Amino acid sequence: MTVRINKSLCNGCGNSVEPKCVMVCPGDLLCKDPSNRCVIRDPKDCWDCAACVKECPQQAIEMTLPVQIGGRGSTLKAKTEKGRIIWQLTKPDGSKEFFEVHTRNT
Amino acid sequence: MKTDGVEVERISTDIVIVGGGTAGCFAAVTIKETSPATEVLVIEKAHVKRSGCLAAGVNAINAYLNPGETPETYLDYVKKDSAGLVRDDLVLTIGQRLNRVTEKLESWGLPFQKDESGCYKPRGKRNVEITGEAIKPVIATALQNSGAKILNRTVATNYLINEGVAAGVYAFSAREKKFYVITAKAVICAAGGAAGIYKPNNDGSSRHKMWYCPFNVGTGFAMGLRAGAEMTTFEMRFIALRIKDVASPTGTIAQGVKARQVNALGEEYQGRYESRSTPMRMYGTVEENKAGRGPCYLDLTHLPNSHNRRLKEAYLNMSPGLVLKWADEETEPNGKPLEICGSEPYIVGGHGQAGYWVDSERKTTVKGLFAAGDVVGGAPKKYVTGCFAEGEIAALAALEYIGQESVRAELDRQENSEQEITAELGRVFEPLRKQRGVAPDKYEERLQKIMDKYAGGISANYELCEPKLLRARELLITLQHEVKKNILAADVHELVKAHELIDRVLVARVLVEHLLYRKETRWRSYQERVDYPRRDDERWFTFVNSVYQRESGDIQIIERPWSGETAVEGFGGRV
Ligand SMILES: Cc1cc2nc3c(=O)[nH]c(=O)nc-3n(C[C@H](O)[C@H](O)[C@H](O)COP(=O)(O)OP(=O)(O)OC[C@H]3O[C@@H](n4cnc5c(N)ncnc54)[C@H](O)[C@@H]3O)c2cc1C
Repeated sequence: MTVRINKSLCNGCGNSVEPKCVMVCPGDLLCKDPSNRCVIRDPKDCWDCAACVKECPQQAIEMTLPVQIGGRGSTLKAKTEKGRIIWQLTKPDGSKEFFEVHTRNT
Repeated sequence: MKTDGVEVERISTDIVIVGGGTAGCFAAVTIKETSPATEVLVIEKAHVKRSGCLAAGVNAINAYLNPGETPETYLDYVKKDSAGLVRDDLVLTIGQRLNRVTEKLESWGLPFQKDESGCYKPRGKRNVEITGEAIKPVIATALQNSGAKILNRTVATNYLINEGVAAGVYAFSAREKKFYVITAKAVICAAGGAAGIYKPNNDGSSRHKMWYCPFNVGTGFAMGLRAGAEMTTFEMRFIALRIKDVASPTGTIAQGVKARQVNALGEEYQGRYESRSTPMRMYGTVEENKAGRGPCYLDLTHLPNSHNRRLKEAYLNMSPGLVLKWADEETEPNGKPLEICGSEPYIVGGHGQAGYWVDSERKTTVKGLFAAGDVVGGAPKKYVTGCFAEGEIAALAALEYIGQESVRAELDRQENSEQEITAELGRVFEPLRKQRGVAPDKYEERLQKIMDKYAGGISANYELCEPKLLRARELLITLQHEVKKNILAADVHELVKAHELIDRVLVARVLVEHLLYRKETRWRSYQERVDYPRRDDERWFTFVNSVYQRESGDIQIIERPWSGETAVEGFGGRV
């Protein structure tokens, strides 16, 4: 199970030593590569909690299911705003579905 | 100070908490609210914003007393679901606090759904629905606002013990070569339960696609064991009946929208089995499969289309993998029945009842050491709010303890042993100093394979018998020796994994001793002895406890009689 980081969207949170995705991963699986982009060091160790997906200010991280457990290419991305998250589900045929969930009383 | 290329930092505080998860954060907030002058330090191996069980979110509070329910009815339910044998005092003291701690969570800003009368929206008698995606960030904010100090990315390894009294914690940084010696007047352990002991349901590239948090590896248990703390009921493992492949929780559809649980023939099979208790539902599903009537499903095809969107939103809030699964299968929640299966077994006191043996105040058998949450045994089905309740109880007990004159005098008199500090630093960094050896991942697979085959994992239908358990014992002792000699870490991240493995092996060893000792079957599937298939209340209505002898590596089993509804007291001050 894993997440995919889009290298052209990730900016490593500038020169931050602890980009947001790196900060929140409960398994400490994300780190910066020499080109200042975030990478997942060991995809098989990912729990799929989506913490990094929701935290990334660039929406550079997406979640998919591995082929091994039936993944066929659907992806989930998230945009976190004050008190809500907007999820974008892209299906194998390219069609999209959007969801808005309330997260905090603001 | 630097020793052997490792920076050593010494910190002193009043109360140190191991684990900034559900129970740990609540304990810290309770201490700061009750006694603002008391210094609290929370040590968290990840980052408190998204650590532990709650990282992805939840969508129900599984333990809450809806109108008509009382702490006593909660106890009745927990007992019935757990074959009668629980620590009544622990479950009751949780029950008394469930609603108050739930209201506190709401006051911290987590959205709760309400019905027309303003009550929380019930999902069954002892359950309420919440919009819980942000549960962990909300708890972390409360922790940060409390004034407690936090050390993120810091991994605790052992308790600092002076003359038998817990006086702090050793830890290391997950980021740099740094060792912490943290001295405190009291310690609260809230490091969660243990995953990764058994071969997981998914392996290879999806090996961490499991239900329990794969980063909770039983270090809390292992630290207690190495300090001589008594543990209880490891043999009541927890096996989760979950959505196949993605391990998503089922409550949202089973209780939330009344899905039918059916076998491959479309029969609602649970009626065939003795009861509808949680272990029995797991067992029923295993038996249906064994009888050739599997796979089993949760059937939602009765739902109108209008539910589909709401269900997807609910899963996005806690287990987004299922939403991907529906999309990949080009179906909707009501499109076709969802296959269910059992997880690998976990050792966890929040669902099962493995963990520290504590008194009603959550004092462990080591003086100065308190515990709360999934790391505490004897009180199953405590869930999020039960962990909060225990965090509160442990916090108040720790405060009372450090306020005692005699305790203060004793702690003042003691000195840390420099020799012990050096020894622990050596033990912690040893895998990093080795030139040659074996990487933790390899040993992890070895451990999980042994447990799966010989100690009732998935491939054994969770079934246990003495000859196989004896084989597990033998293989684990060898493994423990090998690991000690050979385990290697290439960098600090791998050093964390090396210690995770070391701790898992110890937990597995103790687990096997518990499984061997209880010669009956009390909790179907969780503790299924095929060589002793019946429940025997006359002989076995008793707790099986254990103590580890660090020097010899021996594990001593102790029976503790069930003590009725009275509080278990009198062992908090064994030293
Ligand atoms: C996927 C999932 C879904 C659940 N859904 C629900 C639900 O809907 N409703 C409900 O009521 N309950 C639910 N539960 C149960 C509930 O979440 C747990 O019982 C509870 O969160 C456990 O709290 P805890 O404090 O014991 O552990 P955690 O909250 O996991 O905290 C343990 C903390 O200790 C840290 N830690 C571990 N080792 C170390 C170390 N060596 N040094 C420093 N820190 C360390 C961890 O990183 C973690 O932050 C769910 C559990 C899981 C796994």
